[in-house]
Amino acid sequence: MEKVVGVLQKYGCAKENLIQIMLELQKLSGNNCLPKDWVAKVAETLELPLSKVYGVITFYSMFHTEPTGKYFIEVCKSGPCHIAGAENVLHMLEKELGIKPGETTPDGCFTLTKSSCFGACDIAPAIKIGEKVFGNLTKDKLKEIISSCREGL
Amino acid sequence: MLTLKQLDEIREKTLTAANLDNNRKGTRIVVGMATCGLAAGAQPVYDLFQEAIDKKGLGGVTIAQSGCIGTCSLEPIVDVYVPGKEKITYIQVNPEKAQRIIDEHLAKNQVVSEFTKDLDFTGQERIALRNCGIINPEDINEYIALDGYKAIAKVLNEMTPAELINEIKKSGLRGRGGAGFPTGMKWQFASTSTGQKYVCCNADEGDPGAYMDRSVLEGDPHSVLEAMAIAGYAIGANQGYIYVRAEYPVAIKRLDIAIAQAREAGLLGKNILGTDFEFDIELRLGAGAFVCGEETALMTSIEGKRGEPRPRPPFPAIKGLFAKPTILNNVETWANIPPIILKGADWFAGIGTERSKGTKVFALVGKINNIGLIEVPMGTTMRTVIEKIGGGIANGKKFKAAQTGGPSGGCIPAEKIDTPIEYETLIELGSMMGSGGMIVMDEDNCIVDVARFFLEFTVDESCGKCPPCRIGTKRMLQLLEKICNNEGEESDIEVLENLAKTIKAGALCALGQTAPNPVLSTLRYFRHEYDAHIKEKKCPAGVCKAFMKYVIDKDKCTKCHICAKSCPTNAIIGNPKETHYIDPELCIKCGLCITKCPKKAIEKTNN
Repeated sequence: MEKVVGVLQKYGCAKENLIQIMLELQKLSGNNCLPKDWVAKVAETLELPLSKVYGVITFYSMFHTEPTGKYFIEVCKSGPCHIAGAENVLHMLEKELGIKPGETTPDGCFTLTKSSCFGACDIAPAIKIGEKVFGNLTKDKLKEIISSCREGL
Repeated sequence: MLTLKQLDEIREKTLTAANLDNNRKGTRIVVGMATCGLAAGAQPVYDLFQEAIDKKGLGGVTIAQSGCIGTCSLEPIVDVYVPGKEKITYIQVNPEKAQRIIDEHLAKNQVVSEFTKDLDFTGQERIALRNCGIINPEDINEYIALDGYKAIAKVLNEMTPAELINEIKKSGLRGRGGAGFPTGMKWQFASTSTGQKYVCCNADEGDPGAYMDRSVLEGDPHSVLEAMAIAGYAIGANQGYIYVRAEYPVAIKRLDIAIAQAREAGLLGKNILGTDFEFDIELRLGAGAFVCGEETALMTSIEGKRGEPRPRPPFPAIKGLFAKPTILNNVETWANIPPIILKGADWFAGIGTERSKGTKVFALVGKINNIGLIEVPMGTTMRTVIEKIGGGIANGKKFKAAQTGGPSGGCIPAEKIDTPIEYETLIELGSMMGSGGMIVMDEDNCIVDVARFFLEFTVDESCGKCPPCRIGTKRMLQLLEKICNNEGEESDIEVLENLAKTIKAGALCALGQTAPNPVLSTLRYFRHEYDAHIKEKKCPAGVCKAFMKYVIDKDKCTKCHICAKSCPTNAIIGNPKETHYIDPELCIKCGLCITKCPKKAIEKTNN
């Protein structure tokens, strides 16, 4: 809870900084999500109804209320990637990881999601793992990326 | 705090120290390290050069990271500027190639010509992208060296706000983010009122296929900061916000660095350049909502709320952020401002066409040979862009259509390829300029599938506030899915058209009002493809899976089993040395087996 107070203070406990506060808290959470008690603390401090705060965090696709895997894999579902075969990338990942989009592997290692465009159209089809972008994907390249993630555990 | 004189001194000093000017004394190495370069492996290449400079004592050699020069498919790109010689560009550099460049080019002055390529920028003119790929975006001095912050100095010392606004109006600059509203007019509206005002930058670039704003932020962030300060002076605002998508970590990092450096140099903050002008900028991160690129939704989101649009009027210039007068321009628009101030409105107005002035950056993506960013004068024809600059369609296929304007735009068919690109001409064709994404499609792309795809995007991203968008786009998507699933009926087209009209008339914001465009424009030019799906029960491009099946030609099959190993759903039945066949129940028609089969024995046919 100290972390929450610290972030709140950094942003001057100002209501208009709610999104910035939540983004930073989610980063600090360690499992890429916003725990209930943290959200409650933010709502209380900013004097916002809890429903309003949840209204905001469920509006934006980057916020999670449940923990996600260590490696958060986003498959771009946008036009240029679609044309370049993003659907196959998704199928390959589904097969490799044994999960569907929106799910996390039982070992808590990978979460698979579909994402809106992250501007890597020049290297389509592309995926993003955390903040790192991988492009021009082929089956072999994907396998290599996944196994290097596994090794990095 | 910097004075005008000190600014000049930094310019002179950096030009020499960073080997930036044409009379350079030492060699300058530039490594392209935008998102595209980094994804292609630019970091280890940069590290290797840095190490060589540090250890081998390559005297006088400087190294800089830069943004993207535009030819993203050739990354990592390394430029080597040797004094007195033409620039040498190395493409697709990996650590092995870099080592040879160090050993041969840097040490012995022998160009490793097998790795070089002369990049052809014929037909292009760089205004917004003028510094991208040239300067180090993380060093304010390099921006200053190439006339950075000279425009704000000129404005503060030589122009009144009214003169400044007139200059922007005279230049004919129009918003580069979509609708093309005249920038000077926007500024003028906001300048008339008094009290607290805001200047905002829309860096929530969400149109699929457009990434020029990311490129400017990664390659030349100071140009945006300088332009925003100029606008602050024009309208009498002292606070700016840049709303940038959290999906762009590299851009955010470089903006953070740029703002800190500008503050430290006294180019943001109080008493800028020794005058009493005060202006500061803060970053606000988006959290993954496409609708926040719409101006009113963006401002609601900066206020920390759900990013839902609100009705206009009142327009933001009257009542915007925190209900105060606000101007909002997108990144590319901002990047045009400093050159307009320095070179004059007449210079800018001399580029382009009568109604559309200056240049436009396009992101050429899809089935085109030269994928990347280009900047061309307005009025350049689609043919020049696609055939000359874009290098034509990949794999020798036939050009079918170009999708511009993202989910708000439409498909421009091959027969309109000689249309000059302007705001108005694109709207007449049923598309729009949008932010400049140009997705090129060939004969293998199904137009109905593309329309369905864009509707799926809109349905996903609709904020849900107004029913025409929330329910209408969903219904349109269901109809398109029906058609793509071989269940289409002839009456579906009429229903689609009616829904489109209703949504266009009734939706609250631009996202909803333009959502039917991909369907309307494809119905206009590719009605025959819709008819083929509905009446002839086939997908001419062979994309919609419901119409297709995969079969193995027994005579060609050598029973090598490679296809079965590649199949993600184990739909290919048969052991090595047995005849293989595809189980249609299991097959997801992904087409992987076709690409793997060494004998080309697998075929995709209409049912």
